[in-house]
Amino acid sequence: MTTTTRILGKAIRRREDPALVTGRGKYTDDLHLPNMAYAAILRSPYAHATIKSIDTSKAQTLDGVVAVFTGEDVAASGIPGVVPVGWLLPNLKTPAHPILAQGKVRHVGEAVAVVIANDRYTAHDALERIEVEYEPLPAVADPHKAVQPGAPAVHDEAPDNVAFDWEIGDKAATDAAFAEAAHVVSLDLRNNRLAPNAMETRGALADFDPIDGKLTLYMTSQNPHIHRLLMSLASLGLPEHKIRVVAPEVGGGFGSKIHHYPEEAIISWASMQLGRPVKWQATRSEAFMTDAHGRDHVTHAELAIDANGKVIGLRVETYANLGAYLSTFAPAVPTYLYGTLLSGEYEIPNIYAHVVGVFTHTTPVDAYRGAGRPEATFVVERLMALGARKIGMDPAEFRRRNFIPPDKFPYQTPVALQYDSGNYEGALRKALQLVEYETLRAEQAKAREQGRYIGIGFSCYIEACGLAPSAVVGSLGAQAGQWESAVVRVHPTGKVTVYSGSSAHGQGHKTTFAQIAAEILGVNYEDVEIVEGDTDTVQYGWGTYGSRSAAVGGSAIAVSAQKVVEKGKKIAAHLLEAAEDDIEFDAGAYFVKGAPDKSVTIQDVALQAYLAHNLPPGIEPALEATTFYDPANFVYPFGTHIAVVEVDADTGQVNLLRYVAVDDVGNVINPMIVEGQIHGGIAQGVGQALFENVVYDENANLLTGSLMDYALPKASQLPSYELDRTVTPCPHNPLGVKGVGEAGTIASTAAVVNAVMDALAPFGVEHIDPPLTAEKVWRAIQAAQGNGN
Amino acid sequence: MYPPTFDYIRANSVEEAVQLLQQHGDDAKLIAGGHSLIPAMKLRLMAPAVLIDISRLALDTIMVDRGYGLRVGALATHDAIARNSDVRELTTALAEAASVVGDVQVRNRGTIGGNLAHADPASDLPAAVLALGGELHVTGPNGTRTIPADDFFLGLFTTALEPHELITSVGFPGIGFKHGRSAYVKFPHPASGYAVVGVAAYLETDGDTITAARVAANGAFDHATRLTAVEEALAGAPLSAEALSAAAEKAADGFGSEDFMADLFASADYRAHLLKVYTKRALLRAAGLA
Repeated sequence: MTTTTRILGKAIRRREDPALVTGRGKYTDDLHLPNMAYAAILRSPYAHATIKSIDTSKAQTLDGVVAVFTGEDVAASGIPGVVPVGWLLPNLKTPAHPILAQGKVRHVGEAVAVVIANDRYTAHDALERIEVEYEPLPAVADPHKAVQPGAPAVHDEAPDNVAFDWEIGDKAATDAAFAEAAHVVSLDLRNNRLAPNAMETRGALADFDPIDGKLTLYMTSQNPHIHRLLMSLASLGLPEHKIRVVAPEVGGGFGSKIHHYPEEAIISWASMQLGRPVKWQATRSEAFMTDAHGRDHVTHAELAIDANGKVIGLRVETYANLGAYLSTFAPAVPTYLYGTLLSGEYEIPNIYAHVVGVFTHTTPVDAYRGAGRPEATFVVERLMALGARKIGMDPAEFRRRNFIPPDKFPYQTPVALQYDSGNYEGALRKALQLVEYETLRAEQAKAREQGRYIGIGFSCYIEACGLAPSAVVGSLGAQAGQWESAVVRVHPTGKVTVYSGSSAHGQGHKTTFAQIAAEILGVNYEDVEIVEGDTDTVQYGWGTYGSRSAAVGGSAIAVSAQKVVEKGKKIAAHLLEAAEDDIEFDAGAYFVKGAPDKSVTIQDVALQAYLAHNLPPGIEPALEATTFYDPANFVYPFGTHIAVVEVDADTGQVNLLRYVAVDDVGNVINPMIVEGQIHGGIAQGVGQALFENVVYDENANLLTGSLMDYALPKASQLPSYELDRTVTPCPHNPLGVKGVGEAGTIASTAAVVNAVMDALAPFGVEHIDPPLTAEKVWRAIQAAQGNGN
Repeated sequence: MYPPTFDYIRANSVEEAVQLLQQHGDDAKLIAGGHSLIPAMKLRLMAPAVLIDISRLALDTIMVDRGYGLRVGALATHDAIARNSDVRELTTALAEAASVVGDVQVRNRGTIGGNLAHADPASDLPAAVLALGGELHVTGPNGTRTIPADDFFLGLFTTALEPHELITSVGFPGIGFKHGRSAYVKFPHPASGYAVVGVAAYLETDGDTITAARVAANGAFDHATRLTAVEEALAGAPLSAEALSAAAEKAADGFGSEDFMADLFASADYRAHLLKVYTKRALLRAAGLA
């Protein structure tokens, strides 16, 4: 990449937004096809029950009802009818997940029957007429309780509810480090369960053409090709070329729209049965019950510190709740996206993690913004805060002393990853300056004298994203590749269409990808169109998640654009009657070295390439290039976040006063979009720290099934963030970019919780599990003051 | 989010609305702003066969009646109430409560009559109406009557309104005749925004002495309730932060743990504690000592 850029790195406004903010975005539910019917899904009210019988006759006879189907009908149709798991671990238990329940339900909200009707109201009326006889069975929601003897089993295939038992790191060496440690801190924590709550709920519109046997499925997908693949292989059994999956405008996902769910298979199958289009759009209530949840770990963690304040060991045991069935990438999240991140930004010689993946009678758990990395960061950064307190050292200084120094990269951690680059102290120093750390500590001390409790919390985070080298993830169990495709097609008039296998759902690819292509091709930004999200027009793609679109999808575009430039150079040399080596390319023009007036534009070259009247020997007509870019490594964004809070000791209410974030996401394509991602990411992490919590009762009933009970962070509850960046370019991709989609979320939960614990330090409170709701904080203060109840 | 089928009738007068209520009996519900009823219908928690729309009736006037006090029409929206200068001056607690109901959309559509008739225990307006000594003017098959706010809220979503009656206005008799001041503060639920605890306080003073006080709470109990122990402690007390704080300590007096609401966010014990904290804050705010 050249150091001076025309459009790369510029904060241009998102070209997506005019349509979105004027209500002209075309989401799945905005699409209407002739003769379309509507589906509504009957869901289990029980967490665990045997289905004794289903009587659909009263629903069938309701005027306007087209059909009512149950699991028996699916089985009778002969399709595979199951939702597969896309990541395998050694000895992983993979019980079948039928798209409509077969004789048993295993979580509240599991699909039991589907009504197809001429309108939505009738479909929902008909649901109330379906009579299901259930025999309720004992249920368990907590992952630690689920592995105790006598706990009700979710699946016969896993009587102890253990889906996998996984470890990483050197246990003996780690135990030895703890044996000789001067200080050990330990922490028992619950990483709270979260509901993803994309603004647009999930939906699907299936249109099966019985004449040519082809299914067109419009759906809320982060990765249409993965959905096509899994539907072909596992749920529908249709040949892959007879399925077209289209992701129209998609209103957020946060991971929840990666996964293959029963519903898109049910809707597709229903369309195949009826030969007419069928649409389904989840209500918010359905979203709470069925969108794969995030987090939900029960963890015991310990940190070993030597007499010099150096961390010498870290040991973790985690029970990870997987829910009732294995969602698409569920096995990877609490293992390779969690255990491998436990080194954080620190030089820790000995790390060992043991993770038990557990089935419970709850909604499946899978990737949610950050996916494993927020859980790891929370463990590491909580331990670092406790460690600093234990040895009486300032938490910033304790971290600084333990950072991997800049001269040790590439750095091999004891938990598999090789960090390629980093300057952790640089980001910390900048954040301390931005927050005016010493002044702030003085203000904190003064406030404490006045009976006010201000706290300062750090999170020095690392993440591995830009998923990922295909061979690496394959060796770890992925049943998917992780490269990305890009076609850069220059049209005869010099206008450009880029086809990318990434699939945006709010990220702004139409803007940033056009910036990449325009920069390299030297054409106007307005002359570049981005096409994504359609398996019939995009060759292949693994989609958008894991902060991979810029690093992998963007790199694919950059390489294709460069290939176009190179092909154009051969044609330009021919047209200018010069040797190819004498041709230079800059800002969209080819010219002869030393004779800048002898030039042709890339638009001229494009036209000649298509006319093909005068091409050099061996050069094919047209001007386009295709790349399948497989990255050499993950990318490793990092940074320091500092939260400043005040706790109202009378009520326990936490007020977030300031939030400083210094992130290093490598080179930046569009600073405004990068800041937007950081903003949203911080808000989601703050949500986990202070507000969000999915709660099940003892019988695994969902108690937080609506936005009246489940608190998302609101703008009024958040401060204006203070952001800055350091730039350590990624050394192994052509743009030097890392990823930014998850960084804010990965960092912020720990920063906020650490800040609250710092505020409560005068009371001696060491830990409260998030979310730090007012009553929990108030009770912790009361207990610390001996008023506990 | 798809309610069952219902009929819709628009009433053109209060009398017609009453007549329609009589005609359709228990199958009918009045709809004004619709911000409590429609969500319940969408979730199929309520399924009235008939909606009688009263939103076009001319009942949204807010006016000072010099011989009476302040009258607020039943169809006045929360936003109109929160912005009205007479309400802000004479019944500050009502303006403050109305300004923190729901969000902008709810405040633009929701009405005081609908809010009070619905009697959600965590709603903001009932405590203010109680503390300000309000009364409800209602019309039914037998004509009009007046129900003091003290006799109106009976329990969870339960009021003294007879089946075929509707509220036409809310009055605050005598308000502004004495030297009174009031305030409303609440601890909002982080998800719903409803009051976990909300306290309205009204103080009448003579110089530096409190001559009368009315204090009421939402959210803490199954219906909006006067805090009589606090009121008694305040009568005749000096207008000082110390006296107000001491009185607030009595906020939970006379109530047992079983009287307090409890949910996932806040237990009964915690609500009892919050009630004291927010009573103190409401009193200090009303007194201008916050």
